[in-house]
Amino acid sequence: MSDATASPTAPGELEAEALRQDHRTRWLMSLPAIAIILCAAAGPLMVMVVYSFLAPGDYGNVKWEFSTEGWVSVLLQRDIFDGTLAWADAHLSIFWRSLSLSLITTVVTLLIGVPTAWFIATRPDGKREFWLFLITVPFWTNLLVRTIAIQELIRAEGVINLILLKIGLIQEPIQMMFTNFAIGFGMSYVYLPLMVLPVYAAVEKLDFRLVEAAHDLYASRWKAFRLIILPLIKPGVIAGSILVFIPSLGAYVTPRVLGGGKNLMFGNLIELQFGQGRNWPLGAALSLTLMVAVMIALIFYVRATSRETHNG
Amino acid sequence: MAETSLPATPESAAAAAPRGRAYNARTLPGFATVAICAFVIIYAPIIILVVFSFNAGTTLAIWEGFSLRWYAQAAANEQVQGAAIRSLYLAGSAATIATVAATMAALATTRTRRFPGRTMIYALINQPLMVPEIVTAVALLIVFAWVKVATGHNSMIYLIAAHTAFCIPFAYLPIRARLETMDMTLEVAASDLYASKKQVFTKITLPLLMPGIIAGYMLAFVISLDDVVITEFVKSAGQDTLPTYMLGQLRRVVTPEVNAISTVILLAGAILVSLFFWFSRGRE
Repeated sequence: MSDATASPTAPGELEAEALRQDHRTRWLMSLPAIAIILCAAAGPLMVMVVYSFLAPGDYGNVKWEFSTEGWVSVLLQRDIFDGTLAWADAHLSIFWRSLSLSLITTVVTLLIGVPTAWFIATRPDGKREFWLFLITVPFWTNLLVRTIAIQELIRAEGVINLILLKIGLIQEPIQMMFTNFAIGFGMSYVYLPLMVLPVYAAVEKLDFRLVEAAHDLYASRWKAFRLIILPLIKPGVIAGSILVFIPSLGAYVTPRVLGGGKNLMFGNLIELQFGQGRNWPLGAALSLTLMVAVMIALIFYVRATSRETHNG
Repeated sequence: MAETSLPATPESAAAAAPRGRAYNARTLPGFATVAICAFVIIYAPIIILVVFSFNAGTTLAIWEGFSLRWYAQAAANEQVQGAAIRSLYLAGSAATIATVAATMAALATTRTRRFPGRTMIYALINQPLMVPEIVTAVALLIVFAWVKVATGHNSMIYLIAAHTAFCIPFAYLPIRARLETMDMTLEVAASDLYASKKQVFTKITLPLLMPGIIAGYMLAFVISLDDVVITEFVKSAGQDTLPTYMLGQLRRVVTPEVNAISTVILLAGAILVSLFFWFSRGRE
């Protein structure tokens, strides 16, 4: 395994052979993991690229003939009678809902997450771990269960409506389930830890002497925050925002449970093509579109975090 | 503070603070309030869910006294029993295979100089983390639908394969982290004392790596146990796990039975995650 085992007296060729042997062993050892991922994750994605260029079958699945119709129907729809193309309004409104709700979720988690991360990072040494643990545990607990918890809260007979009715603020329960609000609220709730953790990492590295210096130079707290703190924790804030934005854009469970059948997001639109819609090539094309959108966001994430390590 | 860090007598330090009250750079107005609210918001819905799982009444909102009837009902429900066993069997198999594969891959890709293809191995291992679950789920649906028809084989093997694939990166990361911080001198010392490669591995490397492996296993187990999306698309009829069973139930009238199952899942998850923290802190 280790290069050090090569005899020091061996000529260069033997050493090179040993190195090749080492590389071969390393590849062989990685093989099981690679094989499983190729079979049950990466490989099927390649197959999906092929499927996106086929014609839809009559009862789901595909016909093996080349067609770009799947990709065309991502944005456009063909008139059944004269075959003219028009914008697919239903799709566009779903894309818009996905994008706007993901952005709203990002902003909400930002407004709550930054103070929370700041609070955790400024606790005394022994107590920080406890608060960090408190924020991490919900993140690892079941997403569906947390979504159900939100459902219990905002249902017509849920706790929020019950309290509002009791104190007489409302006469009838507010319909919160199956609205865009429910989805945004649910996603902000389930993805909040994803914002807190990277911002926390940035605040923890912050040199507080700079904030004191700003204060000594008569900066107000707000000004010190805006001009000193924010630029310094910006990489963490960007990383957190993207970490929240990515799963929001691809969310499936939260909009399905809280949004109901009418408030679809990107993920639910994809599911529809494999269920009632039965247009697999369109579903494949939609999936790849979502994947590309997420990849672009990931590139920004990598750039933000690599800048962070350079600064650190 | 900047002023007091200068070598100064107490009087001059006091004189150096120009504006009366000591300035604390670590507090920002309103931040603590927002943070406390955030913790309340995070835990309140979960606590309400847990509390109502012990409700004696049939409604979810009105408290009618403490009872374990919903737990009893869930435990007696054959569908729930089947789903629970399937969930554990699936998480156990997937986490075991994923941890073995991830351990081998971690040993192969750490503590070495760059070698041809290492970046590619990294990228492949982390690939499941970078693609939205729904995308992987429909891709698997496409491929497995074809395989199921071609082979006529319909067992849990598809779910195990799918779960293992997305568990590998979660098992890999803590194991790799542990390897990178591990002291190599012990292994060198052992081989200097004529230990065979096999002895070095089983007597030194593996025991030192164990906390990382256990942490990786826990994480993989939790991730598999929690999965809804991929399971929902890969499962054949009658292969519901607890999460997909609950997702199906949500379409019908929700009873506190769902709360009871949720509470059990929450508890199991919380215990596993706490253990994970315990083991991953094992690095010195």
